[in-house]
Amino acid sequence: MTAIYKRELSSYFNSMIGYVFVAVLIFFTGIYFMAYNLYNGLPQFSYTLYSLMSILLITIPILTMKSMAEERHSRTDQLLLTSPVTLTGIVLGKYLAMVTVLLIPVALIAFCPLIIAMNGEARLLSDYAALFAFFLMGCVFLAIGMFLSSLTESQIIAAVSTFAVLLILYLWDDLTGFLPSALGDLLSAFSFTQTFYNFVQYSVFDLGGVVLYLSLTGLFLFLTIQGLQKRRWS
Amino acid sequence: MIEVRDLVKQYGNRLAVDHLSFTVPDGQIFGFLGPNGAGKSTTMNLMTGYLGPTSGEILVDGVSVTKEPEKAKQQIGYLPELPPLYMDMTVDEYLRFAAQLKKVPKKERDAQIDRVAGMTGVDQVLGRLIRNLSKGYRQRVGLAQALLGFPKVLILDEPTVGLDPKQILEMRTLIRQLAREHTVILSSHILSEVQEVCDHLLIIHHGKKVAAGEPAELERSLSGNPALEVVVRGEGELVRSQLALLSGITALTRHDCTEDGCCAFRLESAPETDLREAVFQTCAQAGLPLLELRRDTLTLEDIFLKLTSDDVEREPAKEKPTKRGGKDRARLSQADQVKLGEDIQVQLDEPQPEEEEEQP
Repeated sequence: MTAIYKRELSSYFNSMIGYVFVAVLIFFTGIYFMAYNLYNGLPQFSYTLYSLMSILLITIPILTMKSMAEERHSRTDQLLLTSPVTLTGIVLGKYLAMVTVLLIPVALIAFCPLIIAMNGEARLLSDYAALFAFFLMGCVFLAIGMFLSSLTESQIIAAVSTFAVLLILYLWDDLTGFLPSALGDLLSAFSFTQTFYNFVQYSVFDLGGVVLYLSLTGLFLFLTIQGLQKRRWS
Repeated sequence: MIEVRDLVKQYGNRLAVDHLSFTVPDGQIFGFLGPNGAGKSTTMNLMTGYLGPTSGEILVDGVSVTKEPEKAKQQIGYLPELPPLYMDMTVDEYLRFAAQLKKVPKKERDAQIDRVAGMTGVDQVLGRLIRNLSKGYRQRVGLAQALLGFPKVLILDEPTVGLDPKQILEMRTLIRQLAREHTVILSSHILSEVQEVCDHLLIIHHGKKVAAGEPAELERSLSGNPALEVVVRGEGELVRSQLALLSGITALTRHDCTEDGCCAFRLESAPETDLREAVFQTCAQAGLPLLELRRDTLTLEDIFLKLTSDDVEREPAKEKPTKRGGKDRARLSQADQVKLGEDIQVQLDEPQPEEEEEQP
């Protein structure tokens, strides 16, 4: 697993993908931070994170699209699957490498509330809780992206389908509003964005939401493993 | 030792591997032979655990590839048809990654990488990006990867495809060297290649075993009695009448002779008879100078061709070729062997990469 983790991580930074991902997130953080916190003087950094969510929708597919699809396309999966490593090890190694790439901009973003604190009153606790939720949300997106990438050989299909699914999650609350109330209520319990809004807008540490995020991550990792397994046996 | 028991792999309605069983003892070079799409790559993918079998079992030293995959895979080095190389890595980085993946202990990694790089001749290109390597070098890097960890069994899927003649010779020498310490299983659709390298052959067609044995043994058992090629100075009809008197002769055909005043014949005889001395005596007594007498030993290649023509002439109605296309291919008929021969001949003329549907 560590071998795969290291190789994946270095491959993100051997190619442009890792740098582009980090740079785009940091660039837009800078723009929103400047607009909300520095120019308009809002003390809550979480507003910046709220806007950053849409940027995450676009950048995550860039990171996840090649994770599984490329191996399959270039047949390097034959090396991984015939070496004495478990399927879980392969999937986790790849996933953790992506999580590490995501951690880089998150770590850099973590300086922003400190900048606010240096210049005035900051709400550090709620800001960092919001950043934590932001990171967890990114982890769910990565798991979804990896799962979709494992279904196809084409990186483009992987990226587009990931973006589509993430967009549906983003619009979830609006979409469930169109459904009959019973069904809509049921589905809105799985609202993905509500958890994040609880963190960023209402400064609530939504424990149930954290559980939702973690279980969604686990679910998609499990599905990825099962998908790979199924392809071998059918 | 590798044991394959009643292996079946089904893709939808198509049986890619059809109840295949065989055993490879330690230290052997075992060759898989068959036309494209015969199920060679699929069988190898099953043996290495890349694919799961529909039914059946593969045991590497008694360890099941399906039940204890990690333990079994540690014993196997695999070079797939297309070497699984990461284009964005240097050769050194790649081998280091493969060594880690195969759980080579940290202390031994450097020594092992040096050794396999030396063996496969990639030590000159260790610092180069794999993307920039030629096909021959990529193949070698793939082989170096398979060797890492020095597994007991090496499975090489068409190791010489895409190499130039010199590289093919080098690859064969290397495979023979490797066989001293490893059991080697390789596949090919080129007869001469497996014939030269392998101790044991398994010929498969439509995922089934058609024939198995040592190359020489296969030749003997399938070729029957070798024919004689004779060139005699003298008048054709006279020579024919003399030769026709020989006992044990089954066929006598005349063909064109390039020399003036000579005639050439091909003699076929009943099994277990050697007509060479008799031919000499006959010619000597008749005062006909015998210029050439040659035993025409059949190669594996010829066997298939021979089977083709013989069977078509002798028993065209016995096994209808249409039966091949049907679902029931339980018994492999002579006609199938005929088909095999044709396929292989085509392949020999025009070696092509394996067809895509082999892959999952």
